[in-house]
Amino acid sequence: MPFENDRSYGALGEMCTDTMRRLGANARGTCPVDMTRALVGVAHAQSCGKCTPCRVGLGTMTELLESIIDGTADAGAIARLEDLAEQIRVSSDCAVGYQAAEQVLMSVRAFRDDFEYHASTGRCLRATSQGVPCVVSCPAHVDIPGYIALTAAGRYDDAVELIRKDNPFPSACAYICEHPCENTCRRTMVDDAVNIRGIKRYAVDHARTPRATSRGAATGKRVAVVGAGPSGLTCAYFLSRWGHDVTVFEQREKAGGMLRYGIPNYRLPKDILDAEIASIEAAGVKILLDQKVSGDGAQMLCDLERSYDAVYLAIGAHGDKKLGIAGEDAGGVVPAVQMLREVGLGKAADYTGLDVCVIGGGNVAMDAARSAMRMGAKSVRVVYRRRVADMTALAEEIEGTVADGCEICSLMAPLEILADADGRVRALLAQPQIIGPVKRGRPAPVKAERDPVEYPCQVVIIAIGQDIESAPFEAEGVPCRWGRMGAGDDLAVPGKPGVFAGGDCMRGPATVILSIADGKKAARAIDTYLGCSHTVNPQIEIPTPRLDDRVPCGRSVMGERPPEERRRDFDLVEIGLSDQEIAQETLRCLNCDHFGCGILHENGRTAW
Amino acid sequence: MVTITIDGVRIQADESSTILEAARSHHIDIPTLCYLPEINEIGACRVCLVEVEGVDHLVAACNNKVVEGMVVSTDTPRVRRARVANLELILSRHDRRCPTCFRNGTCQLQALTDKMSLHDIPFPTHLSGEPVDARFPLVREPDKCISCLRCVSVCQKVQGLSVWDLVDSGSRAHVDAAHEDMCTYCGQCITHCPTGALHERDDTQEVFDAIYDPEKIVIAQVAPAVRTSWAEGLDLKGAALTVGRMVAAIRRLGFDYVFDTDFAADMTIMEEGSELLHRIGAGEPGPLFTSCCPGWVRFLKERHPALLGHVSSTKSPQQIFGAIAKTYYAKLLDVDPSRIYVVSYMPCVAKKMEAAYPGMDAGGTGRDVDAVLTVRELARQLRSRFVNVDLLDEEEFDQPLGIATGAGHIFGVTGGVLEAALRSAYFLTTGENPDADAFCEVRHEGADRGWREATFNLAERELRVAVTSGLANADALCHALERGEVAYDFVEVMACPGGCVGGGGQPIHEGFEPAADRGEILRGIDETATVRFSHENPAVTACYDGFLGAPNSELAERLLHSDHTAWSMPFRVDASGAEVPFA
Repeated sequence: MPFENDRSYGALGEMCTDTMRRLGANARGTCPVDMTRALVGVAHAQSCGKCTPCRVGLGTMTELLESIIDGTADAGAIARLEDLAEQIRVSSDCAVGYQAAEQVLMSVRAFRDDFEYHASTGRCLRATSQGVPCVVSCPAHVDIPGYIALTAAGRYDDAVELIRKDNPFPSACAYICEHPCENTCRRTMVDDAVNIRGIKRYAVDHARTPRATSRGAATGKRVAVVGAGPSGLTCAYFLSRWGHDVTVFEQREKAGGMLRYGIPNYRLPKDILDAEIASIEAAGVKILLDQKVSGDGAQMLCDLERSYDAVYLAIGAHGDKKLGIAGEDAGGVVPAVQMLREVGLGKAADYTGLDVCVIGGGNVAMDAARSAMRMGAKSVRVVYRRRVADMTALAEEIEGTVADGCEICSLMAPLEILADADGRVRALLAQPQIIGPVKRGRPAPVKAERDPVEYPCQVVIIAIGQDIESAPFEAEGVPCRWGRMGAGDDLAVPGKPGVFAGGDCMRGPATVILSIADGKKAARAIDTYLGCSHTVNPQIEIPTPRLDDRVPCGRSVMGERPPEERRRDFDLVEIGLSDQEIAQETLRCLNCDHFGCGILHENGRTAW
Repeated sequence: MVTITIDGVRIQADESSTILEAARSHHIDIPTLCYLPEINEIGACRVCLVEVEGVDHLVAACNNKVVEGMVVSTDTPRVRRARVANLELILSRHDRRCPTCFRNGTCQLQALTDKMSLHDIPFPTHLSGEPVDARFPLVREPDKCISCLRCVSVCQKVQGLSVWDLVDSGSRAHVDAAHEDMCTYCGQCITHCPTGALHERDDTQEVFDAIYDPEKIVIAQVAPAVRTSWAEGLDLKGAALTVGRMVAAIRRLGFDYVFDTDFAADMTIMEEGSELLHRIGAGEPGPLFTSCCPGWVRFLKERHPALLGHVSSTKSPQQIFGAIAKTYYAKLLDVDPSRIYVVSYMPCVAKKMEAAYPGMDAGGTGRDVDAVLTVRELARQLRSRFVNVDLLDEEEFDQPLGIATGAGHIFGVTGGVLEAALRSAYFLTTGENPDADAFCEVRHEGADRGWREATFNLAERELRVAVTSGLANADALCHALERGEVAYDFVEVMACPGGCVGGGGQPIHEGFEPAADRGEILRGIDETATVRFSHENPAVTACYDGFLGAPNSELAERLLHSDHTAWSMPFRVDASGAEVPFA
């Protein structure tokens, strides 16, 4: 074998691994056409040169792409590129050629506007530079390098206030945010993403209370917010601090939305959530509990529209979704939203001695499974029709679920819920699957040529998604599509001046940080609608960026209480970074706010 | 304070200072290229690199701060090699035909290359070959742009606009017009460009053509701020840079008459002051905005069109001069106005476009001001005609349009228009002159932040005034007005920081901003002037008595006022006055 002892290959392999990481952290804002050109270049370098389509074709595609990028190509260039890619795809002998061609085809289809703009103008649709990667990727655009530097300097109060500039839920996010910021962390190019959430957790755990609550001069404007979840409270918080009079209508007995009724205490302790909500109330937000809006016997949306200057609808997605299999109405079948709601209220059922099956593969399924274990279940199985790798739940949540003693039964499609003579669940019947062809970007399960499997159980928890209880609002004129409330880019509800909608009820079940981002956006839109132009500027001086070399260093991760200790109680599982770890981890930040194009993007980062 | 060591010297430095600031304050120089203090501290060119002990990579001195105990070396082989490499890379993307460049001799890239003794570029040169569009007052030569982003920063931070931006990514990233349609033609991007990538449209040849045309009576008008800076671009050997020597020099170019825009400034005061008093008397809501600055008028139309009704209808001094030259003065000369060719020397780029706007044709000749040249173009004319400026004797402006008062002279510095107007408004309401320095509170030297306000008593009535310069400041003032946070009767705005003395048509200096010093010169001329009130300008009085009648008379309205609603942004015209829509 000619390359077996080629020592230089080791370095090349390392370069390729580094490049994989680099590409994985590709910042938003890079030009998809130029990236395609570069990736075709990589593919071309990988070509052995035996076959025509790969040896010559990939180079020709590069030339075509360059002429498209520069706007020097003739009118049919994109069509010719697509045609050439298709010919390379079907005629290449091996994956080096046809996979590269498939990427080009995927790119042209996904970014046709970009290709056409380049071809016709020679310029990029995504004209301006990229900003600070983590700040851009955070939906609420929190100044992450800023609070990391403040945490490193021991200025935890300032770190928390800097986060609150964009997000009034620093604690909730410190415990449970999905941290999209880390996905594009530029540190990934050096070694691994900075543990941003871990640093935030340290800052909120070490900051003092109470938090800042100063308010601007009263504007005399009244705003109603429907739903005291993260989106509604975020909107209410900013509006209230700007001096508007804000009232939040919450249909349940406590505020917090999915933070309370969806996320169990072991991930986000209720005392921390309560303190966070209290800090929002302290900023002047009035929360009215047990106040349903719209629908039978409730105060109507149109009443709010009449008595308030603006309304923000953020009712979340609290309805359950049905599986549509036989036996779903048997006793012991529980929607995950209902089960977690009871857990959130401290009224969890007793599962002692019971076998529980959870159907689903998202974060809610993991929360349900781990909660069931804590409710005393004898056994907990997560039944999922794809592979573990295909689950939408965060990897750490899946690991935690397994560590808690839950069993993951992957490649098992629920077929039927079997009931006993009393109509109570006695087993879940599941059809084994194999993983099959990729459909819409994900490998789809295919029925395995095997017999169904019976999982004996007394409780089946269905965690396959949530519905939005938007029908009453639709009846009052809020346009809805598949239950989701319609709203424009500024979250204004079409045809309803002064009414805005955001969060899960607008975008479908999503993450807390997306809901918070919508709340922030809605606050800005409502402030503008009310004829104001308030700003948020906490005037926190960020420490001077460090000049030291950023030598590769591992990423510190948060620990967990041992499974045997934690699996039967609802106390917090995750253990924050130590003083020693935080000192090291904060220094891993590359300060992209100062080094690189981030320095060009001060506007909106320190104030908005 | 922190103690640091630079090149072996222990120095004390403020902890908020950058390495560059600390070094320069101790006379240790570090080369810079993209750096503009406070405006563009982005470390883009990588020419100011230094070595910091304990750090492997080199550090940009311009935007990294000193810390206690830091040991910096500014001149090591590593530093020099890296600086040279970056400069070579910049030059490999730069059109190096220096002899024909407008910035030959004032180019910072050229100066730095010379200083660093670079005589060979080891990399192949790649230029975009993009064509240059020289139809408008602001001309960009893409192949001379070094992507330092100074223009982007000045436009954003000082002028509150975003005409320029860094567009595209990767190897194709470059500076380009992102919002050309909002350009005010203030020219601040030109005066802050280190190279010849940005410059004014050169109109010197048209002027020479007119001068050489025996049929033409060619008249020069010289704006107030020009007299403060006209010789900055010339290599004078000790001769005093007086106004009289400037007049003599311009006359040597072949003009039939050399007049003073400051005469027209005095007339502007008569018109605008009367407009102000009429407005106040009629109880119309304030404020009245000054209209002398075409950059400001474009900005207002672009950003705050709802406030347009507050802009004085009085034309700018340049256009008043043109109108008077082609009507009143044509009459005095008893010639057909079409024979008169008016050339303005302005510290301004926007004036080039203003002169070509529709409606600037009181004389019926097509346009009242036929050509507008910047101070830089004046220097080029004098050099190219080999005028030995330092050997000239001082000469006077021609009469009568060369007679001006101290009030007219201060039009070129921030606060000056307002102060001049207040002097005459006081007289018009009380019937007596105030102390000429009674309104010195509105004087504001140099580039400023925010705006300055004052309240004066005019015949028992309080007059609330405000002054600002720099369009970002003007923007803030307009927002405050729109939100009802402030209320004024009269507001002066000049687009360029410090006023016309800091204008976009002024000579360019790297490393210091002479606007405040130039402003002092104008204030000095005012202080020593024998007449310091516009209403006492005998030439102005004669023009009213013998021609216009009175300020705001029907004839004055027709000749000296304009309709701001005649066009709205986005709007631009080429040199011929033809509107050219934006793509």
